[in-house]
Amino acid sequence: MAQALMTPVAPSLSLICNPSRSSGSFSTLLPFPVPNPPKLPGLSIKCARVGGVEIPNNKRVGFSLQYIHGIGRTSARKILCDLNMDNKITKDLSEEELITLRDEVSKYMIEGDLRRFNALAIRRLKEIQCYRGVRHIQGLPCRGQRTKNNCRTLKGKRVAIAGKKKAPR
Amino acid sequence: MPRRSIWKGSFVDAFLLRMKKKRDLLLNRRIWSRRSSILPEFVNCSVRIYNGKTPVRCKITEEKVGHKFGEFAFTRKRRLSRTNIGSGRKRGKK
Repeated sequence: MAQALMTPVAPSLSLICNPSRSSGSFSTLLPFPVPNPPKLPGLSIKCARVGGVEIPNNKRVGFSLQYIHGIGRTSARKILCDLNMDNKITKDLSEEELITLRDEVSKYMIEGDLRRFNALAIRRLKEIQCYRGVRHIQGLPCRGQRTKNNCRTLKGKRVAIAGKKKAPR
Repeated sequence: MPRRSIWKGSFVDAFLLRMKKKRDLLLNRRIWSRRSSILPEFVNCSVRIYNGKTPVRCKITEEKVGHKFGEFAFTRKRRLSRTNIGSGRKRGKK
């Protein structure tokens, strides 16, 4: 993707980029030549790929890791703690640090695996027709919340019921 | 989603515990104890779980182990609310 973004801008730039990309692992920070970023301020897309498709940008590592599905604040902090890494901005990370990060992140259940795991658990509940499964089928909360009002996340947008009178003031 | 701590073990009413050894007793039997959990020993017998009004027939399969009996016999009428919600949700999605 990054390659496709690069080419229309400056073909020479891609030439500079290519050897470094082929030498390192393919999913890395794109090393820009120094004079370029001031010229193209709009196109300074620097992505590090951690754990598959995730592209956290120029934020601090603790926050950019949270763009991965399955890593929240706690686990992002825990990753940093386990690696003894200080909370740098993501683009400042070196190659080795990125690789260690990737290794650490791969220990967690993230993205597709996590989604599949959750979907399987829900499907199991639906199949055995227990109370929680039935609530999932109905699209209502299954943890005993009230449904007289609220629950809008699950029930969707409010629908006016025809013929229902408003309470007189 | 077990909420009970493990050292306590799963809760089963005493009369059901007795049936652990003699499974034939449980076959097609009414159960009022909705609170007790389904043990692996009860697999493959069908029981009738009381929902407050009438016993509901339920076949216990392997996947249901660890849940409570009450989860499989609903205590509320679903008809009315279901049609309401069903139509409401469809309209909401548009």
